Amino acid sequence: MIDLAGLRDPDRVRSLAAEIGRVATRPWTLMEVCGGQTHAIARYGLEELLPEGLELVHGPGCPVCVTPAGTIDVAARISRLPGVCLATFGDMVRVPGSEGDLFQARAAGGDVRVVASPLDAVAMARQDRSTTFVFLGVGFETTAPAVALAVLQAEALGLKNFAVLAALVRVPPALEAILEGPGNRVRAFLAAGHVCTVMGTAEYAPLVARHRVPIVATGFEPTEILAGVLAAVRQLEAGEARVENAYTRAVAERGNGHAREAVRRVFEVGDRQWRGIGRVPGGGLRLRPEYAPFDAERRFALSIGHGEDAGECIAGLILRGVRKPPECPAFGTRCTPERPLGAPMVSTEGACAAYHRYRRTGS
Amino acid sequence: MSGFPSCPLPLEEYPTITMAHGGGGAIMRRLIERMFFAAFDRGELAGGPDAAVLALAGGELALTTDAFVVSPRFFPGGDIGSLSVHGTVNDLAMVGAEPIALAVAFVLEEGLPTQELWSIVSSMAAAAEECGVRIVTGDTKVVERGHGDGVFVATTGVGRVVSRWPVHPERIRPGDVVLVSGDVGRHGMAVLVARGNLGIASDLESDSAAVHPAALALLREGIEVRAMRDPTRGGLASALNELAAAARVGFEIRETDVPVDPRTAAIAELAGLDPLYSACEGRFLAVVPQEQSERALAVLRQHPVSAGAALIGTATADAPRVVVRTAFGTRRLLPLLSGEQLPRIC
Repeated sequence: MIDLAGLRDPDRVRSLAAEIGRVATRPWTLMEVCGGQTHAIARYGLEELLPEGLELVHGPGCPVCVTPAGTIDVAARISRLPGVCLATFGDMVRVPGSEGDLFQARAAGGDVRVVASPLDAVAMARQDRSTTFVFLGVGFETTAPAVALAVLQAEALGLKNFAVLAALVRVPPALEAILEGPGNRVRAFLAAGHVCTVMGTAEYAPLVARHRVPIVATGFEPTEILAGVLAAVRQLEAGEARVENAYTRAVAERGNGHAREAVRRVFEVGDRQWRGIGRVPGGGLRLRPEYAPFDAERRFALSIGHGEDAGECIAGLILRGVRKPPECPAFGTRCTPERPLGAPMVSTEGACAAYHRYRRTGS
Repeated sequence: MSGFPSCPLPLEEYPTITMAHGGGGAIMRRLIERMFFAAFDRGELAGGPDAAVLALAGGELALTTDAFVVSPRFFPGGDIGSLSVHGTVNDLAMVGAEPIALAVAFVLEEGLPTQELWSIVSSMAAAAEECGVRIVTGDTKVVERGHGDGVFVATTGVGRVVSRWPVHPERIRPGDVVLVSGDVGRHGMAVLVARGNLGIASDLESDSAAVHPAALALLREGIEVRAMRDPTRGGLASALNELAAAARVGFEIRETDVPVDPRTAAIAELAGLDPLYSACEGRFLAVVPQEQSERALAVLRQHPVSAGAALIGTATADAPRVVVRTAFGTRRLLPLLSGEQLPRIC
């Protein structure tokens, strides 16, 4: 049983915040990588507890946000093919492609079903052999093992009516792109705890060595986020740059061996287009050639374009931490969760949605 | 369709109805206000109370209607039948009315097992008996297989207004306090688990119940109830936002004072949902004058359906929005969501 009350204990939160205030002598900009962390920071108002000059900027760790519009367009097209069902996670259905979202594809007659796990889509394929089920596999290293297992399970069951539209992305290359991007302000990363649970922390060592930035594996609860901030600030103040694990209740240095092995069997590293960031070398996972029968892209011979984003959207700057959501002229006016111009306003993990939802208190 | 005014909703935005139009959030609000109000409102609909109050010679009558499409039809703590009685009785109670009679319409899908329909009908009869309300008229339609989801039930209720003053959000003033009749979010999470696709088991039951004994007791005990609302779809957060918009006041809610069953909180946590946006079917919010809050709580706690009542916040002179004070003393917004909450990816 996880002690959520302890992880949200107000006294511990206040004492961690006070300690950060004592340690920080200069202004620092930290990036929390994962949208789940952004969401928690906004939900609990944690920025209000930090000393002036210590700034948290929000990273690209929202799988929905970095999925290009072109992928959504292809998914919508697949859902409208006769005898084909497009299955995906709940928060994908409202993300705008360039031709509308998957909710609209469904309302227009497409077969779009929401599942809680890729394995549910395999179970559906097993039950209904007359329909081809395509799972839109969006996510980071956290989600990749489940998608890999779904492919392995479908293979073991000899299912011919299951395929994956893979839009899986990898975090470390994206961090590299942020550090090398124009206008970068990030001095340390709070790495996404769930990704580290699968992948471990070792793969960050080369990044730390090349760019001299502290990277701290950080959890998602208020005390864990502040512990991550404290560890990062301590390193910065001491002029150090190390990989550190502040999420020891879930993360081992080598990660989860079984999960990594499943991913390695099914997927290989490839370049990938990230919405808002552009082409990231080694930034994604694609199905290995031996699993081609399960690859929806090849099976339906569909080519994924980039899709068009609304011209005014500054998602790229938001996802790289160069700008904050309220600095966008469209924020809260021409861009709202009901009428989003870009994905960060849609997903619950998107930085714009988190600000819109929690931070317009005017105080 | 010529001869009608053009559709007041921008069609290019949503050329067809989506699930979000029924999700209890801002998109549904816009459909109701811009399309239905534009076509129908002659004064009774504005402010969106749960039931309309019609003045007649010799008193006031409350009228409300509700359609039920819950999946699964049977869930821990209730079923679509009992829910269709409780929901409508509760809507009447929210304007201070005692239920008199219900009308029911069934839309049945070809192939529905007759025994299942009997279970639903029996459950409705038992719920009506318990509420002291009669089901006096109805209608039955059958649609072809594939054109319905087993059973849809719509109930319409009439009630006698027992309140001596209008129970309406317009009467809310800054300084008034917000009471909730028990733990929130339970129905939404119980139904989510009952759907079975989260792969978790729980003994959590829906809170589905009739709240009129408690709601009307407040009025009979002389509590000057300003407004009441049952936080169904969209949960506590959406109900508070609707009250704030109708009353043109702000609300400040203390998160630590909002009762949430630990099981509700745990299921919500797993699914990545916020219990404050999860539906209740046997709870209500009452806004009362600050000086009567203790007495109002005491009245509520005498009734089993509201034994867990709590004072959760205050109406403020702030802009019409809902602000939450967290356990850490920080503040955040509790806005109307655009549509239904969707389970997250990771």
